[in-house]
Amino acid sequence: MNWGSLDNFLAMGGYGLYVWGSYAVTLALIVAELVMLARRKHNAVGRIR
Amino acid sequence: MIAALRCVIVRDLRLAARRSSDVLTVLLFFVIVVSLFPLGVGPDPKLLRVVAPGVLWVAALLASMLALGRVFAQDHADGTLEQMMMGATPLGLVVAAKVLAHWLVTGLPLVLISPILALQFDFPQDLLGVLILSLALGTPILGLIGAIGAALTLGLRGAGALLSLLVLPLYVPVLIIGAGAADAAASGLGGQAQLLILGAMLIVAAAFAPWASAAALRISVE
Amino acid sequence: MSVNWFKYSSPQTFFPLAGRLALGFGALAVFTCAVGLYLGFFVAPTDAQQGESYRIIFIHVPAAWMSMFLYVVMAFWAGIGLAFNTRLSGMMASAVAPTGALFTFIALWTGSLWGKPAWGTWWVWDARLTSELILLFLYFGFMALQAAIDDPRRADRAGAVLALVGVVNVPIIYFSVKWWNTLHQGASVSLTKAPTMAATMLAGMLVMIFAFWFYSIAAVMLRARCIMLERERASEWAGQYARGVA
Repeated sequence: MNWGSLDNFLAMGGYGLYVWGSYAVTLALIVAELVMLARRKHNAVGRIR
Repeated sequence: MIAALRCVIVRDLRLAARRSSDVLTVLLFFVIVVSLFPLGVGPDPKLLRVVAPGVLWVAALLASMLALGRVFAQDHADGTLEQMMMGATPLGLVVAAKVLAHWLVTGLPLVLISPILALQFDFPQDLLGVLILSLALGTPILGLIGAIGAALTLGLRGAGALLSLLVLPLYVPVLIIGAGAADAAASGLGGQAQLLILGAMLIVAAAFAPWASAAALRISVE
Repeated sequence: MSVNWFKYSSPQTFFPLAGRLALGFGALAVFTCAVGLYLGFFVAPTDAQQGESYRIIFIHVPAAWMSMFLYVVMAFWAGIGLAFNTRLSGMMASAVAPTGALFTFIALWTGSLWGKPAWGTWWVWDARLTSELILLFLYFGFMALQAAIDDPRRADRAGAVLALVGVVNVPIIYFSVKWWNTLHQGASVSLTKAPTMAATMLAGMLVMIFAFWFYSIAAVMLRARCIMLERERASEWAGQYARGVA
């Protein structure tokens, strides 16, 4: 799939908002889950000590 | 054993008769909720005729959920539940008996008053039979499934709201099929298929739900 | 050769294993995700009907698939815990739930964003999206019930009953919603009917399913470790671990 230019890639044939909106939110949620897990572990370890 | 179960049912009915305000509140809630919908969506009779089965079903669902707190809570509070759990009669059967009594007192009145409310929505009179039958088959299912939720949330703080969250997803198929029966009848397809499925759901629920409730009761009362 | 199945059934022995699994599957997840996205964006062609908007499928379908798969996994561990009275099984079920709920939400979000260009509305009451919505409520119910019960043992067992009742209901819910949908919508196409897929589209989607699966394993392992540390905080091994993590 040859996009031609970065602009074309970002525009996604006019559907950029929907496609990148989906991917961005997914990435954000996964990062949030991992951050929350890290914090939970930190709290758990802190409670033991 | 039949005598013991009859005893459970009669006892529950007597207790409900003494606390009739509980029962009437649920019925009144049903009536009020049904009356709210036209106020919300407008009095256009064509629209109301279309939404009548759905509205009645959703209201019956909400009223059933409201009533669920009663199934085990009182007996749990005064220790009778533990006695029942230690008794000779299988707990699943005791639960089934309690759910039956609960339905007689909270579900059946809804079924009986539903034709009057349906007429408020100008629902065709010849289709009332399907609507009443769908509620008559559906409300016991709601009670049986709801009892599982009531058993799981026994004694918890915020049990009422939590119970609703637990039980609503499980109610969805019953709602879809139940409201669908009257809808199908209204659109000329006939509601037999849905009513048969409701009947099947009732049998399956009656066979399995009391045992799930019994297991949940044992977990909650320990 | 006899396998000692029970070696890892205690939190103490499972804890380090979970850590290694999390690391391994996390790395695998990153790798497969890279491959999947490359296939999805640089190999798969433009769709004839939906243009570029279909590329959301590389997240939407894997997320929906994981959301349902994880619910079954959760019910499985809950059932094992209930049947064999093993602590760790209950912890695993509790560890799976939030990740499952996350993927359900992602499936709903991406489904909505896919539906807008395809059908013109932000929400479509098609069978899959409606079932996903109810699945989200099932996950929330499980998590809320466990949060409301203080005693971990009662929480595990009550959650298990709920999860098992739920898993039996999921197919019933799906079929009743599907029926409801076809009765009411008639001819309109639903999101469950994907466009006839080119092999490259299918490949990208399958690779992304694996990516999400590997990620789920890693996340669940990490959460299981947290749960173990929280519940077993009075034990010897937890104390040693905490002191070691300076």
